[in-house]
Amino acid sequence: MKKEYTLKLSGLEPLIVTPESNFINVGERTNVTGSAKFLKLIKEGDYDGALSVARDQVEGGAQIIDVNMDEGMLDGAEAMTKFLNLIASEPDISRVPVMIDSSKWHIIEAGLKVVQGKCVVNSISLKAGEEEFIQQAKLIKRYGAAVIIMAFDEVGQADSYERRIEICERAYRILVEKVKFYPGDIIFDPNIFPVGTGMEEHRKNALDFFRATKWIRTNLPGAHVSGGVSNVSFSFRGNNAVREAMHSAFLYHAIKEGMDMGIVNPAMLEVYDDIPKELLERVEDVLLDRREDATERLLEFAETVKQKGKVEVVNEEWRNGTVESRLSHALVKGIVDFIDADTEEARQKLAKPLDVIEGPLMAGMNVVGDLFGAGKMFLPQVVKSARVMKKAVAYLMPFMDEEKRKQAEALSKSLPKGETLGEEEFGYETADTALYPLLKEFVLQNRNNPTDAEDILWNILKGKKLDGYKFRRQHIIGRYIADFVCLKKKLVIELDGKIHQLPDNIESDKQRTEWLESMGYKVIRFVNERIFADIDNVLIEILTCLKSLNDVESKVLPSGEDLGGACKILMATVKGDVHDIGKNIVGVVMACNNFEIIDMGVMVPTDKILAKAIEEKVDVIGLSGLITPSLDEMVGVAKEMERLGMKIPLLIGGATTSRVHTAVKIDPHYSGSVVHVIDASKSVPVVQSLISKEFGEAYHKKLKEDYSQYREDYKNRKRDKNFVSIEKARSTKVSVDVDNIVKPTFTGTKVFEDYPLEDLRNYIDWTPFFATWELAGRYPKIFDDAIIGSEAKKLFDDANKMLDEVISKKLLTAKAVIGFWEANSISDDVVINSSETNVSSSGVENTFHFLRQQSEKADGQHYNCLADFVAPKETGKTDYMGGFAVTAGIGIEPLVEAYEKDHDDYHSIMIKAIADRLAEAFAERMHELVRKEYWGYASSENLSSEDLIKEEYQGIRPAPGYPACPDHTEKRTLFNLLDAENRIGLHLTENFAMYPAAAVSGFYFAHPKSKYFGLGKIAKDQVEEYAIRKGESVEWVEKWLAPNLGYD
Amino acid sequence: MNITDILKERILVLDGAMGTMIQRHKLEEEDFRTEALKNHPHPLKGNNDLLSLSRPDIIKDIHAQYYAAGADIAETNTFSGTTIAQADYHLEHLVYELNFQSAKIAREVADEFTTREPNKPRFVAGSMGPTNRTASLSPDVNDPGYRAVTYDQLVTAYKEQARALIDGGADLLLVETIFDTLNAKAALFAIEEVFDEIGKLYPVMVSGTITDASGRTLSGQTTEAFLISVSHIPLLSVGLNCALGASALRPYLQVLSHNSNFMVSAHPNAGLPNEMGAYDESPAYMAQQIEEFLKEGLINIIGGCCGTTPPHIKAIAEVAAKYKPRKMQAN
Repeated sequence: MKKEYTLKLSGLEPLIVTPESNFINVGERTNVTGSAKFLKLIKEGDYDGALSVARDQVEGGAQIIDVNMDEGMLDGAEAMTKFLNLIASEPDISRVPVMIDSSKWHIIEAGLKVVQGKCVVNSISLKAGEEEFIQQAKLIKRYGAAVIIMAFDEVGQADSYERRIEICERAYRILVEKVKFYPGDIIFDPNIFPVGTGMEEHRKNALDFFRATKWIRTNLPGAHVSGGVSNVSFSFRGNNAVREAMHSAFLYHAIKEGMDMGIVNPAMLEVYDDIPKELLERVEDVLLDRREDATERLLEFAETVKQKGKVEVVNEEWRNGTVESRLSHALVKGIVDFIDADTEEARQKLAKPLDVIEGPLMAGMNVVGDLFGAGKMFLPQVVKSARVMKKAVAYLMPFMDEEKRKQAEALSKSLPKGETLGEEEFGYETADTALYPLLKEFVLQNRNNPTDAEDILWNILKGKKLDGYKFRRQHIIGRYIADFVCLKKKLVIELDGKIHQLPDNIESDKQRTEWLESMGYKVIRFVNERIFADIDNVLIEILTCLKSLNDVESKVLPSGEDLGGACKILMATVKGDVHDIGKNIVGVVMACNNFEIIDMGVMVPTDKILAKAIEEKVDVIGLSGLITPSLDEMVGVAKEMERLGMKIPLLIGGATTSRVHTAVKIDPHYSGSVVHVIDASKSVPVVQSLISKEFGEAYHKKLKEDYSQYREDYKNRKRDKNFVSIEKARSTKVSVDVDNIVKPTFTGTKVFEDYPLEDLRNYIDWTPFFATWELAGRYPKIFDDAIIGSEAKKLFDDANKMLDEVISKKLLTAKAVIGFWEANSISDDVVINSSETNVSSSGVENTFHFLRQQSEKADGQHYNCLADFVAPKETGKTDYMGGFAVTAGIGIEPLVEAYEKDHDDYHSIMIKAIADRLAEAFAERMHELVRKEYWGYASSENLSSEDLIKEEYQGIRPAPGYPACPDHTEKRTLFNLLDAENRIGLHLTENFAMYPAAAVSGFYFAHPKSKYFGLGKIAKDQVEEYAIRKGESVEWVEKWLAPNLGYD
Repeated sequence: MNITDILKERILVLDGAMGTMIQRHKLEEEDFRTEALKNHPHPLKGNNDLLSLSRPDIIKDIHAQYYAAGADIAETNTFSGTTIAQADYHLEHLVYELNFQSAKIAREVADEFTTREPNKPRFVAGSMGPTNRTASLSPDVNDPGYRAVTYDQLVTAYKEQARALIDGGADLLLVETIFDTLNAKAALFAIEEVFDEIGKLYPVMVSGTITDASGRTLSGQTTEAFLISVSHIPLLSVGLNCALGASALRPYLQVLSHNSNFMVSAHPNAGLPNEMGAYDESPAYMAQQIEEFLKEGLINIIGGCCGTTPPHIKAIAEVAAKYKPRKMQAN
């Protein structure tokens, strides 16, 4: 048996390279010789900047990061040590293994001394002879690292196939036999050199590399092959279209021969299948040295590509393929321009419209799914792919309906004829869905013609009159209509008239009885005459039969697979919550992976969710929520599912949800699987595991174990904080001076009806926008990211295009209401002078209730409460407090609706994301206006938008529901004082979410000492007191403040 | 008989806590002072390793109690026997002697038992603790690049300890309670250098510590990443000890058992410390927990760490005798 060697590396987490692994992508940006930017950062000592380069790479999918500090002006060993030490303190970077890259041994050794995981040394060689090579290899082994061996020896660098294999074999023998190096830890770099240089001796550079790779992988057991790919296209610098094609074609062939890791810039890589055929042919001619004039021909072609530009060439090319390849291309690239025509062509070519979906379209989506799973496509691209898919399906829908109709017609001809009686029930749940509309017609017709016998029996059975058993009549079961049925016992009663006694009818009754029995029904028959003559004994027989039958078990929903359809997922944002961008994204990604999504939208109550789930026989329910009260709603859904005896998995997602919360609060209430999913990319494999016939049960068990473990961990967590009593906390409050109170320019409220959107544009903080799309990185640095940079730029351009349109066509309306009131604090409350408010004082709460930090702090520190930033009543000074509510979402519904109608999730998500950003920008802009003009306490302020994001201004605008004042219910008081619902059409749901969702509301505090803080956990004494202050029960307060309770 | 061969036959039992047993003696400052240290200007109470010189009677008795309880392997009283750890007491100069004497004491007791029961040979494992410094974590939150100890300093310290343990008669070396893998890698580097110098190999056991319920070492590695990081030299065993009780250790032992090409060891605490800092899992309870993973076939070497006593080891040895050792992976 051939011995298997596995390369195992580690950072904080393992990286195991097996023959099944995909190509291992080594991040190359933390290399001073390859990145001018990184060099500058290191030279200037900006290690924070250098770390973010490393972080971006890891987040972008690098599985190993290469670190190189070989620069003449640097102390390489010191820089290597310092940088690797710093990486060690960043778990999100150090989770992946490091590749210590240097041509100098002392720098390599310095690196080896500071890395706890198993790293890779890049590289050593036989350049200075065997003795040094052995000594270095021994040390590398002792330090516990894998090693890259350059194909280099005493004579020089290997530049032919023969020299490559000669050196690699020699090095391998020495390592394995003399040094006893583990063969799986040996990685060869057989030198990637440029091709197409015009020099005769370079013609076989790529080919020799491929051949050498194959030879190494065949003859040197366990050894791996790596290399720096960009070298190969060196002579085509400046022509990225050709370079990208060369890299991709090179990798394609090298990976085929066994190259299994390498340094590749993903931004400089075309998808192999997308390389225009003509270009690919010429590139491969050069790489594989297939023709004498290969280089000339590629150069010639390169000129035309350069002139025409890449896009145009690509465009022309892909339209020439088969319809299948065009559909696939359109899906992968997200191009909708030709989709209807291509879909039509495919429909005509294939037998049925469904074949188009299950054939070329699904094949294309599988490619998308694979690329996304492998981190080669990013979320915005996937959403665009989904748009193409939806459009194609929408095009096919009418054809499929037509098809269905024809089938049903054909089937209906063989339907059994049942005598009729009428009743409100048709039997939707038990009917064959395809035939249901037709059968319903029959039932309706038959209603008007009950036979006498049926009439008599029904009068006895209806209204649970027979011993409490509920019967239905004329009920559709599958393709048949039963005369009477008791669903609880699965008992069918059929009455036979004379007509049934004909031989033909006896035959068809037999079939029908067999079918019903195969579905678990018991069928008893009576001839009509017995109803008239012997009804007592008929009833006794029915009753005996009923009593002998067991109750049907509470409904266990069949899985989608059983129904022959795709797995169905129901998704909803829970009651009282309106946020759905994340949920929509998950839906799109799931849909791309062949799941059928039923999206119930926002603010969906539990009973609606579950009724729909049962009606649609969904396989999974996914709940989403952003505000804290939604957590309780989810708990409620779980409890209800358990009560109904449901078994299907429940997915939990959204900004406030967490694994711990899911484990502690939700999972215990539901015996089915409950999973917390972090983001869209994570939900696909989770659901696949959940519904898998093969592993589903095991996965369910594992989930239950894991979540029970999380609960244990939570229970056993270190009790982090001690609390001080609320009295003590209050005694240390920050005292604000009350001598320089600035009076706002007005008191009462002011409404902004239609604030100019163009004025808000510059106030947009784009970083969260990218986070929405699961692209991690700070704006604008994100555009420099080697992996996601170009996608981020595209997304940004699309967003701005939409923003242009929104602004020029006034598609959205931004409205705001702000208010300032005379106010003083009394203890932890702020009382508004109601005579100043615009609303009638009757019944309107005029007090804001705030909470105070209670987690024990070092002596001399303050326990903060927002009320401290307003002058206390006892000072006798009149102070002020403000409030605001802004929205940029007025008018969004028709836009979203139009996009959804057009099956365009990309733009539907985009408009919501933009409205969100505009609302945030509006809040920022309004705060600025307040500071400089309306309140006017900082009239000379002059801050850049960056300073604004960093909040470098005087005064704060905390929002209820957020860290400083986590009680969402205070929004009610704020909204009343602002009269926001009437003035600007911004509503609060029963759980205090704002609708439209693109909205921000909060308080204004002007005092120079006012600052943002997080309340953290609070103790029971404060909660009890707060309940009294608010005039609510302790339980009620505990419900709304659940995340902040410092006790169980 | 060779320990590797015995391990194929049965589960071997490691001893229990040294500190817990020493505490029972309620020792005072003078118990820690040898003749030579009469006038040592720094307090020495609490430097348990020193007792091998000042009160060898106590240490010998503890070893004897554990062997009598059924332990196959006793750990030397050298958990803090490096120049780095002894610097706290200004006793760097005594490190060689400490380790040498500790190994010697344990050797003597082991040999007595082996002579008495030749079919159950007793072994001495030279205990090499983690030191009190971390090579891959900064003690200064404001300067994450800072390190209180370097790899080279650790290698030097561990070399001296390993050499002295071998010279004193240890059968094997046990690098244990690893909370920072880089420290352990330095220890393994040092051990390999010593083997080179003396021209002889000894079995090496490695035992990491999962510090909390997240399943990671203090320095952040998952159990599997830890295993990969220490697998570059041929080890006798890789295992886990300390920090957690037996039941909490189980999922991580499963990871080791599944992925390791070496033997697997475990010496858990007697549960988690209670409010008073004491460990209160009874011998029977702990043995019952351990039985769970012995049943599962996860273990080759089993013992106890903080809070365990000879009755614990006795209970553990009794259940260990009932089960077959974990089978080694084919590769």
